[in-house]
Amino acid sequence: MAAAAEEAAGSGGGGSPSSARRRLRIISGHLRGSPRAPEREALSLSPCKAQGGSAGPASGSIPKKRQELLKWNGWGYNDSKFIFNKKGQAEFTGKRYRLGGMVLPTFKEWIEKTFGASLDHKTTSRATLNVNDVPPSIVNEEFLQDLRATKISYSQDAEDRVFRAHGHCLHEIFILREGMFKRVPDIVVWPVCHEDVVKIVELACKHNLCVIPFGGGTSVSSALECPEEEKRTILSLDTSQMNRILWIDEKNLTACVEAGIVGQDLEKQLSESGFCTGHEPDSMEFSSLGGWVATRASGMKKNIYGNIEDMVIHIKMVTPRGIVEKNCQVPRMSTGPDIHHFIMGSEGTLGVVTEVTIKIRPVPEYQKYGSVVFPNFERGVACLREVAKQRCAPASIRLVDNAQFQFGHALKPQVASIFTSFLDGLKKFYITKFKGFDPNILCVATLLFEGDREKVLQHEKQVYDIATKFGGLAAGEDNGQRGYMLTFVIAYLRDLGLDYYIIGESFETSVPWDRVLDLCRNVKERIVRECKEKGVQFAPLSTCRVTQTYDAGACVYFYFAFNYRGISDPIHVYEQIERAAREEILANGGSLSHHHGVGKLRKRWMKESISDVGLGMLRSVKEYVDPNNIFGNKNLL
Amino acid sequence: MAGATAAAAPGRARRGAPMYSKELTSKKRDEFEDILEERRLSSDLRYAMKCYTPVIYKGLSPCKPNAIKTAVLQSEQVQYVIKQLAKEMGESPDIIQEEAMEILDEMGHNMQLGAVRFFAFTLSKIFKQLFQRVCVNEEGMQRLQHAIQEHPVVLLPSHRSYVDFLMLSYLLYTYDLALPVIAAGIDFLGMRIVGELLRRAGAFFMRRSFGGNRLYWAVFAEYVKMMLRNGYAPVEFFLEGTRSRTAKTLTPKFGLLSIVMEPFFKREVFDTYLVPISISYERILEESLYAYELLGVPKPKESTSGLLKARRILSDNFGTIHIYVGQPVSLRTLASGRINRCPYNLVPRHLPQKPSEDIQEFVSDVAYKMELLQIENMVLSPWVLVAAVLLQNLPAMDFELLIEKTLWLKGLTQTFGGFIEWPDNLCAKKAVMSGLSLHSNIARLVDGHVVLNDKGVEDGAVGEIVFKHALAILMCATYRNQLLNVFVRPSLVAIALQMTRSLRKEEVYSSFSFLRDVFSDEFIFFPGISLKDFEEGCFLLTKCDAIQTNQQEIYPTNKGNVIVSFLSAMFRPFVEGYQLIFRYLSKEAKEAFTEKQFIPGVRNFVFQLLEKGNTQCYEALSSDMQKNALAALVQLGGAKKKKMSNGFTYSVNQEAVNKILDMFDARIPVQKPVAARL
Repeated sequence: MAAAAEEAAGSGGGGSPSSARRRLRIISGHLRGSPRAPEREALSLSPCKAQGGSAGPASGSIPKKRQELLKWNGWGYNDSKFIFNKKGQAEFTGKRYRLGGMVLPTFKEWIEKTFGASLDHKTTSRATLNVNDVPPSIVNEEFLQDLRATKISYSQDAEDRVFRAHGHCLHEIFILREGMFKRVPDIVVWPVCHEDVVKIVELACKHNLCVIPFGGGTSVSSALECPEEEKRTILSLDTSQMNRILWIDEKNLTACVEAGIVGQDLEKQLSESGFCTGHEPDSMEFSSLGGWVATRASGMKKNIYGNIEDMVIHIKMVTPRGIVEKNCQVPRMSTGPDIHHFIMGSEGTLGVVTEVTIKIRPVPEYQKYGSVVFPNFERGVACLREVAKQRCAPASIRLVDNAQFQFGHALKPQVASIFTSFLDGLKKFYITKFKGFDPNILCVATLLFEGDREKVLQHEKQVYDIATKFGGLAAGEDNGQRGYMLTFVIAYLRDLGLDYYIIGESFETSVPWDRVLDLCRNVKERIVRECKEKGVQFAPLSTCRVTQTYDAGACVYFYFAFNYRGISDPIHVYEQIERAAREEILANGGSLSHHHGVGKLRKRWMKESISDVGLGMLRSVKEYVDPNNIFGNKNLL
Repeated sequence: MAGATAAAAPGRARRGAPMYSKELTSKKRDEFEDILEERRLSSDLRYAMKCYTPVIYKGLSPCKPNAIKTAVLQSEQVQYVIKQLAKEMGESPDIIQEEAMEILDEMGHNMQLGAVRFFAFTLSKIFKQLFQRVCVNEEGMQRLQHAIQEHPVVLLPSHRSYVDFLMLSYLLYTYDLALPVIAAGIDFLGMRIVGELLRRAGAFFMRRSFGGNRLYWAVFAEYVKMMLRNGYAPVEFFLEGTRSRTAKTLTPKFGLLSIVMEPFFKREVFDTYLVPISISYERILEESLYAYELLGVPKPKESTSGLLKARRILSDNFGTIHIYVGQPVSLRTLASGRINRCPYNLVPRHLPQKPSEDIQEFVSDVAYKMELLQIENMVLSPWVLVAAVLLQNLPAMDFELLIEKTLWLKGLTQTFGGFIEWPDNLCAKKAVMSGLSLHSNIARLVDGHVVLNDKGVEDGAVGEIVFKHALAILMCATYRNQLLNVFVRPSLVAIALQMTRSLRKEEVYSSFSFLRDVFSDEFIFFPGISLKDFEEGCFLLTKCDAIQTNQQEIYPTNKGNVIVSFLSAMFRPFVEGYQLIFRYLSKEAKEAFTEKQFIPGVRNFVFQLLEKGNTQCYEALSSDMQKNALAALVQLGGAKKKKMSNGFTYSVNQEAVNKILDMFDARIPVQKPVAARL
């Protein structure tokens, strides 16, 4: 504990107010000149930066004491949240996001109309964590002695332990607000380099501990929850301090990075050299490179940059058996089944990813948002399918259904002038009256183009031409940009909902093109029906978007939320409905997960998903690599 | 043996099995409303011209019949089969496409409001002429209206008469509901103008058999599914496949049912509602036609002139029709947890796919379940009871005794869950009288005694006397038959009790189970739940104090003997008839024979026995019973059915047949594994 306290002082530096602006600014290098610690040692090649426990300058955005920067019982930064101001209007606080300080005049009405919620009915989270409720830390003294000898920073503080006992599933946040986890880690350690991890894993094997790697803590699959029945000491291995870019190879366009780096830091630091990875999952502000590898993550702009499996060139992982890695850094090799594919998606069951060599690209010269309105969802899906067929998808193309379009609309900030509001009215008139689109049926595709200016404009024309064939109408950059904003303030919105008896979650799947429409319709319908059957008083929000396109299918993302007033055990009801929705997805030919992973939340369907033999193959790898189940988070298998 | 399949899977709980009375606390049924009443009071013309704006399935964009045909032709499903056939036969796809178009033209409906209004007008006139009342449960119609807006709907009416589908469309029109498209046999097309009119009223036509024709199957299936998926109209067809000539529910056909279920299996629709509809006639329009047909006098081909000749029946009275629209059954609920989704996920959905065994079993279960629901809600008129009593007391029965027994049977029927509509709380005597007057062609009152109306029996040749008598009996049986599926479980227990002459439950059960297998084509049993059927039978017998049971034994009570012998007498024609037919097969059947050879053969055999007075089992002359017995024998392993180029041929294993006959006589005890502990 003493060591932890010493370390805490060094962690404030990363969170300068401007350092986490809107993600696109980050990427396009706008912050290159922003004030930040000049002495950062990101590109040094020293094997380990923090020798002897002295606090080296922390370069990452996330401090060891997460709670100093981040909410302990919700999503994101402490200073950023939705509130209802004195006038009863919704407002987003803080200056980190473009939405910061803005008033959202129509949001209140939307939330009342959609959920039957009322601002008069409020629930409140407990104000602080009750340390006395936290299960005690049980750590064997011999181990502690060995650990101290390594000089690796650690903590047995109750808060530190609880804040690493969860991800961001609804039930986890609910427990933070109102209850307590039955099992939390007994100790948290902060290795600062690969060698530290090797030592920790060796000690864990020696003392028979259970190790749960912790990256950004953004899991939505119950992957970070400690197995209740685990009797051994649980050690949470927080990789957040392993966050350096070790080298950049401009000839081969690769960079070797420590796995604890979070997305925003990675992009920020690469951009200083004029590069980016282009990997942008919705959680990129907080999720870590190692976490992406461990869950087979997917980013918004995968059409240009690929998913994590397309970007990774080399992985170093520490396992109880030793270190696993390839002997070269090559684009492809034919040496039996790719061992990377045992690691990617292993969800912390085999070891800790410590270093990753990842492809990098020059920061694109030009970026442009766009949007297209379609008369209905069917036409929109047909258009996306055609775009995929012609392989001309922009960096991102998403199709949101009507409910989500309206959702996005409710987040429109107060317009600056009468002129803009007049223009908006005119646009609306043109689309609904002149073109005959039904505002309750139409849907919107949001687009993001990236690259050379000239090529972007050319590309844009090609896509809009296709859209026109499917009855689409260009609907401006603003609508597009707002669409993307929704996806990364959605988690903040959930916290607001929780204050007003609204609980919700997102989930995703991938599905062949010909089943997209049926799956979307049936899953949404199933949710509505299940809610009704389970006694949910007000019809839920059940909405989806086609969020990625591929040659052979698409990734579909659902939002689901409902007003739980009058229900005694909302989390149980919620989980039953979520489970039914997943059953529905599987019955409609969708996958168990496209990128969220399995964790413990979706384990029950693994056998059905990959067959008995498939499961056995994975088990046999686990048995070889980790025979004593040191990495005992019980995910996946 | 058929029973072996049940025994083979003892541990496996068969889901979706019917709810029996044992599990029901109270059966509540809806009230009836006479829809003709208003027709008699207001103008038919205005009714036919009324503003007709049926509620429709949500998200529907109206679609012209021709557009549907084009969509079917262009569908991936049909195009795939066309290309496949073109490749196999070395023909140009255009030619096969042309062929598909012809099939569609022959098949497709052409619903037009004008024709609908024409029918609304003429049917009003005709129905008022023919029927006293047409009673409908209004709540059922309301449920249906609700269902139609929610999900695609499949209407599954019972089939006793051509009036069925006319009446149902008429009913939906009256209640401002979307008219169904109806799968009708192609033989209607032989009727000139009428066929075309039916088409315009929404009928589509299917060939009686098209198993081998892949193009036909693809086009037909896609046509049905297209209408269902898009919810253009409710799809209506008859599970029984054809009109039941005996008024006894026929075992279900599965083809169309599996077609309409497929869009759900492939999740092209969220759910599908199956609506069982029970239509019962106090007097069936085709009653005498059926009796002739069963006795082998061929059915007249459907022709317009035939229909015109039949108009003299317009002057006749056919009493009341009861239509009970059952609770819509959600296919999704039925399928929950039963369907392995994998097969449908691994093959593109437009490829024709043979349903897995799982699916086939499920389809069959659903079919039986729906028929059992039809039976449960089928209204029974007092005359049905009269017919059942009368048939046990031939040649003549004292009128007062008949009334007394009818009343007694009414109570028993209600105990067994039968749905009796006793008109306006009429006293028993009046009810029986009114039944007799409505059915004066079947029975009449002579000197205080009721006798069958087999006129001309006295002065004919022996053969003719037998024929006339058989005709009267079969017509009368048509009404008694309506009771049988309600009575079959307790009755088979009663017969088994008499057969085994033992009180041990196990032995009674094995006899019961044997009888259930033998009669599996005759009566409707949910597949694979022999034991449950037995328990239900015992429960009902206990309920009416006919038997008492303990752990090991079943014994009839003193009072129960009356019931037990009544029940077994009720089914005696079947027990005896089957024995006669089996005896014929064991002795007379040649090496291999077709059904066409078998029917006249067995008919002659029974006929001669009747002429000589060696049997009184006139019902064994019924071709329906003969076919069922043959089918049962095949299932019991007493005969083999082989597919030849010219249809099926049968060959009999005489030893096996004799063994089955011995079981009837309880000369050898029925040996079969007991599926579970009793």
